[in-house]
Amino acid sequence: MRIVNLAHGNLYALGAYVAGWILGLFAGPGHEPKMWLFFLLLSGAVAVAVAGAILEPTLLRPLYRRAEEYQLLVTFGLLLILEDLMHLVWGPYPLTSSALPDLLGSSTILGATYPNYNILVIVIGFVAAVGLWAFVYRTKFGVILRATSQNMRVASALGVNVKRVYVQAFTLGCFMAGLGGAVIMPISGAVLGMGVEALILAFVVVVVGGLGSLEGALVGSIIVGAVRTLGITYFAEIELAVLYLIAVVVLLARPAGLFGRA
Amino acid sequence: MSLLATTQLKKYFGETHAVDGVDFTVTQGEVLALIGSNGAGKTTLVNVISGLLRPDDGTILFQGADVTHQSIHDRIKAGIARSFQLVNLFDQLTCLDNVALSIFSREGKTQRLMTLADGDRAVRDEAMELLQQFGLEAKAGMVASGLSQGERKLLDVAVAYALRPKLLFLDEPTSGVSTREKAPIMDIITAIVRSGKITAVIIEHDMDVVFKYSDRIVVMHQGTILADGTPNEIRTNDQVVMTLLGTHA
Amino acid sequence: MTSVPSFHSATSARRIVAYAVPVAVVLLVIPLVLPPYQTILLSYGLIMAIAALGFNLLLGYTGLLSFGHSAYFGVGAYAAAFLVKYLGIKSMEVFLLGGVVASAIVSALFGLICVRYTRIFFSILALALSQVLWSLALKLFWVTGGTDGLRVPTPTFLGGLVQTSGDKLSFLSNTYYYLVLVMFLLCAGVMWVIVNSPFGKALQAIRDNEIRAEFVGVQVRKYRLIAFLVSGIFTGLAGTLWVPLNGLTTPDILYWPFSGEIVFLTVLGGFRTFSGPIIGAVVFNYLKSYAVGFTVYWQLLLGVVLVVLVLSMPSGIVGTANALWSRLRRSAA
Repeated sequence: MRIVNLAHGNLYALGAYVAGWILGLFAGPGHEPKMWLFFLLLSGAVAVAVAGAILEPTLLRPLYRRAEEYQLLVTFGLLLILEDLMHLVWGPYPLTSSALPDLLGSSTILGATYPNYNILVIVIGFVAAVGLWAFVYRTKFGVILRATSQNMRVASALGVNVKRVYVQAFTLGCFMAGLGGAVIMPISGAVLGMGVEALILAFVVVVVGGLGSLEGALVGSIIVGAVRTLGITYFAEIELAVLYLIAVVVLLARPAGLFGRA
Repeated sequence: MSLLATTQLKKYFGETHAVDGVDFTVTQGEVLALIGSNGAGKTTLVNVISGLLRPDDGTILFQGADVTHQSIHDRIKAGIARSFQLVNLFDQLTCLDNVALSIFSREGKTQRLMTLADGDRAVRDEAMELLQQFGLEAKAGMVASGLSQGERKLLDVAVAYALRPKLLFLDEPTSGVSTREKAPIMDIITAIVRSGKITAVIIEHDMDVVFKYSDRIVVMHQGTILADGTPNEIRTNDQVVMTLLGTHA
Repeated sequence: MTSVPSFHSATSARRIVAYAVPVAVVLLVIPLVLPPYQTILLSYGLIMAIAALGFNLLLGYTGLLSFGHSAYFGVGAYAAAFLVKYLGIKSMEVFLLGGVVASAIVSALFGLICVRYTRIFFSILALALSQVLWSLALKLFWVTGGTDGLRVPTPTFLGGLVQTSGDKLSFLSNTYYYLVLVMFLLCAGVMWVIVNSPFGKALQAIRDNEIRAEFVGVQVRKYRLIAFLVSGIFTGLAGTLWVPLNGLTTPDILYWPFSGEIVFLTVLGGFRTFSGPIIGAVVFNYLKSYAVGFTVYWQLLLGVVLVVLVLSMPSGIVGTANALWSRLRRSAA
């Protein structure tokens, strides 16, 4: 939809916090962990989607006709607000829920032990990606969405309710962000600052892979994941710096990214 | 001698052969009209020659030198300038600054950080003189976004002209203005181009304009050159009349 | 982009002088009138104004929104701190030189990467690079002191010719204030010339229309890089001036919320005008010193004000004041 949103990472963090909080209510000490608790993770996604449905018409819609700087500034304001709101509501300490991963146990693959929950996260990520792709490229709504993002005026002239399409698309994007935050929460916890970190990491993935390239995004995320894992083992002190350094080297060698076209 | 010569120039967009093996020459001193229906490849040809797009194949010679792979900047230094079909101005700069920037750039002064732009008398006087030629002197202090469409089209040409190019491409200098305004705008532009002894290539849709103001006409159709001749030759060329009437009338 | 159309160049220069001279005079007498605390607060404001002037060369004049200017401010500050810690130097002149050189190197390096991109990609890349420095400052604590930071004592001037010993408070509110003031006036003057130079016009052309700028012969990427470099040096210089005043540099000034403050105060003052960032910096500094006292949720406040500002008053304090003033004059006439 050509919306630039600096607060996307913080919406992801919001998803983690809401899911962590709801799970804390039902899966805290004194409750017996049950499988249905997994559905509570959706609460994070739904909460963020609701937030998106409120934010788009109020904050973003007035800015579509103005220069992009204004969108950047408003979403940056939103980032600051969300960051502090999460601090205000849930305090400075991380929220987490180890009950869920414990529930699933772990399995041994190629001699290494993996928590089953991590595998579930991979599956959810895969299903979400395929689902989103199918939604955008295989449904009628997807066609309308792409048409609207190509040319708002023509779409409007053809009878598309542009305002509604924007709200729906933004809400969907927020739902995905919230879902991402919610499913990662039992592993990494919901912590302050995770939003900005996610924003930058996602961005590094995209830039290293090459803008607008799907295979680039995939390879980029594998590189980033591998570097982070190695980094934590071998150079924990400067893991983040090394990651950015790699991004910089890639960009200097190939300004369009690994898979991007110049 | 030919100022510009392309050989077998090609630019494809997927299946679309926008420019498909074009040998296009421009002779020193002429005002040439490039015509053809929508999608004939006129603007793509100009985009490739001016450096906005890279050709897929073929060569571009300018004054005998190969500029096919040169940057836009180098082509401008060599003397190729252009205006745009959809007005492309510096909207928040004044008209004077829009033109003055071209002059600063031509004189290699845009790298100066520590002198005031307005302090350069010679540049200001030249910019004012240019605005006067284009009939825009009264708007010198107005920001470009405040001009009327006709004035914006003129300023767009003035910005390109201020570079004092050897070859000037004008992409539909009268598109988007009312029929009534077309003739005055073309009168101004062609008078300036001819008095400045600048070679110009004008892309135009309006046949009356084309026949009235050009020395030579090149007709494009589906990415290739269909015909090339004086206005009288083109007017009586049955093939051209068929093609243009078929798509235009 | 100055609020005055450049066409009336002679009058505009005169008008600028007519504004600048009384302001400079007021700034000169302030230490004689106001209590030391207020003077020091103003010093902070003027220093932030230098940083904001640099930042706004990119945002207001080149159309690039950097969310990573904490990097250059921090480099300027740490450069001075390293000179103290590793070379035992306490000369302000050397600090300033070191700050300029260090921030020039870092901004040239970062700029080389960032200016290949525009829009949000530029913004986040600048942010990511500043985070590299922040994480280094935080993690390499044996070099940088980690979260404890590094101390910077009262510097000497002109090889000790100016008396800098004695009461630190009176030093900071007198001698040091005048140093900051001189640097501020110098920087504002230099920046004013830059944005009104042919180079400045070329930057504004890039901001308005990148493709057309290329077609009048402006090498867009190269000019963006030079703008980035100048911007980084101004912000770095501000960092160097800031550190003796603060007495301490910590990784906080490299962290992204500090970049956010630079963005905020520039928008607050108005990024479409030359004086906007200056006014914004001084006002912001007062707001912050009082607001932090009554709320810990300072970022929340900043965010809300930023959103409201962009939605309802996008031209900032100076832009809005200009609009009000001209309406007032029209109704009076």
